[in-house]
Amino acid sequence: MTTRTPWRPTALLAGLVLLTAACGGTTKSDVAQQSSASATAAASSAAADPNAPVKQGLKIAFLPKQVNNPYFTIADGGGAAAAKEFGGEAKEVGPSEASASSQVSYINTLIQQKQDAIVISANDPNAVVPALTRARAAGIKVVSYDSDTAPAGRHVFVNQAGAEDLGRTEVQLLAEQIGHKGKIAVLSATPNATNQNTWIDFMKDELKKPEYKDMELVKVAYGNDEDQKSFTETQGLLRSYPDLAGIISPTTVGIAAAARYLSDSPYKGKVKLTGLGTPNQLKKFVKDGTIEAFELWNPADLGYLASYAAAALASGQITGAEGEKFKAGKLGEYTIGAKGEVLLGKPTVFNKENVDKFDF
Amino acid sequence: MRLDLARRWEGLILVLLVGVVVWASLGVDGFANGSNISFLLLDTTEIALMALTMTLVIIAAEIDLSVASTLGLSCAVLGRLWNAGLPIEAIMPICLLVGAACGAFNGLLVTRLGLPSLAVTIGTFALFRGLAYVMLGDQAVADLPPAYTGLATASFGPVPVATALVAVLAGVAAVVLHATGTGRSIFALGSNVEAAFFAGVRVKRIKLWLFVASGVMASLASLVYTFRYASARADNGVGLELAVVAAVLLGGVSIFGGRGTLPGVLMAVLLLGVVRNALILADVANEVLNFVTGLLLVASVLAPNVGAVWRRRTSPQVEGKSAS
Repeated sequence: MTTRTPWRPTALLAGLVLLTAACGGTTKSDVAQQSSASATAAASSAAADPNAPVKQGLKIAFLPKQVNNPYFTIADGGGAAAAKEFGGEAKEVGPSEASASSQVSYINTLIQQKQDAIVISANDPNAVVPALTRARAAGIKVVSYDSDTAPAGRHVFVNQAGAEDLGRTEVQLLAEQIGHKGKIAVLSATPNATNQNTWIDFMKDELKKPEYKDMELVKVAYGNDEDQKSFTETQGLLRSYPDLAGIISPTTVGIAAAARYLSDSPYKGKVKLTGLGTPNQLKKFVKDGTIEAFELWNPADLGYLASYAAAALASGQITGAEGEKFKAGKLGEYTIGAKGEVLLGKPTVFNKENVDKFDF
Repeated sequence: MRLDLARRWEGLILVLLVGVVVWASLGVDGFANGSNISFLLLDTTEIALMALTMTLVIIAAEIDLSVASTLGLSCAVLGRLWNAGLPIEAIMPICLLVGAACGAFNGLLVTRLGLPSLAVTIGTFALFRGLAYVMLGDQAVADLPPAYTGLATASFGPVPVATALVAVLAGVAAVVLHATGTGRSIFALGSNVEAAFFAGVRVKRIKLWLFVASGVMASLASLVYTFRYASARADNGVGLELAVVAAVLLGGVSIFGGRGTLPGVLMAVLLLGVVRNALILADVANEVLNFVTGLLLVASVLAPNVGAVWRRRTSPQVEGKSAS
């Protein structure tokens, strides 16, 4: 504290840095080599018994990205309904803020509670893996749904719809509505939302096809999954591009805010809006002509399927290997695909004709 | 009188801590076993590390709200350099230097320009986090060396290695604060900065070094955080600064400076960790959990101030120091 040359420790540290760098150490490529060497050793040895009965009284915990989020409330409700059917019990626990590491302490407590299965939508695909590895070592089966973890963290991933399907169909939906012509924009969630960015990449790829040569993606705006921000971003888009033909919002928060803005503006019905949204949220905008058609998977079905996958794992019917089959109640039979993925199905398109038939 | 109050407050925190531990051990399934205790301790690591220096900073009547952003920036630097192919052993000291630089930046603005630390660190809170996103964007760097990620979650018996690190540094901080001239100077400048200045305390120098220490500790916490979660991201540790300040205040440190002890703060960190862990294990809803934590904090800020008001009323000649 009394030294008169504060730069001395700094210089010392800098010297140390150079020294360690010169002596070599653990680098990215070292780790890549090690992990590729160990990956081949880790093959599943457990055998599945497709005819095993579903165990009774299975304890299944749903760990969404955040609790009190309407989307997850519906999905986890679907999971609970499934658990009721096969005689298990499901509960929902989780953080109130969707941050990268907030789920880890919940996983640890679920291990202590000796749950039979954890069904998780990961906020960070890697941050949860060490904790999930401990859970798996304790005999707990892990299913990821909605947002996958790194494959080492889970047995099965229940995917709502292929990212490619979603990205491309949203462009197709909008193209139909604007007659394959004009400027379009995307209103996304946060700049670092993994699933959103994957969808947007597929949208851009779809737009390269010749039938979209008269369509131009002018901007990707970010509403941060906040209602107000999404609303003002929509306003901003229309101010910057008064000749905008359409907007794709691949997020339920974004599309609802954009619809609200459009429905009260002179652009209503002229600027087309599509994307991912829930029927209850958008019914009135479909009816007042703001939106022609939008799409989504059924989140209740997603939770339902994840619940059955968890039960099948915990009962020994499947191990998570490619090609194994299991039954999922009213949804029928599913087959596990490559990398332990189960696909719920193609997205559902909602429009004036069918929107009233759905209640979520 | 002042010492008396502090001791009484710490006694209360200790009683609360023991009470909650006993309640949880008896009434909450899965609480009282080695692996849970070790998770619980591990979960408090980063907060504890940053709380050590935050205690000194707040006792000196300053505050550093940029710690979690410094942590994020340090994580982002780590991720960026790792992707660039540098060895991790070289990256770690660079991260500590980044933390020191962040701290020095805060410290210089506060001491050279005489700006209030609350305003400065609210600014750098956004600045450092923004810089973290500039460095790493939305990437999550996850292919970190297993030797280090393993070490960050390893434990001797129920005591995690990271907790041992906290214990050693807590020892150092406690000695500095409670048994050296520097520590006495920190208390002095927190109670009455003019008096301390005229008594020969090098006010600016001490404050500058406190901010540097705070930055270094945040970057040390970033290393633990990154390895523990095996994921370097620009948004690592968002919101942690509030948890740190909360633990420090609950530990009996006065928000106006000049009063507080490190044992009190460490007990408060543990208390918050135990309450959180036990309530989650007991399947208490997240909202209730936040409510309980909030209640503890309001009580902790309220109690000493009620004490202070009462003191001022009973002895009117004691002037309240420039508490703003």
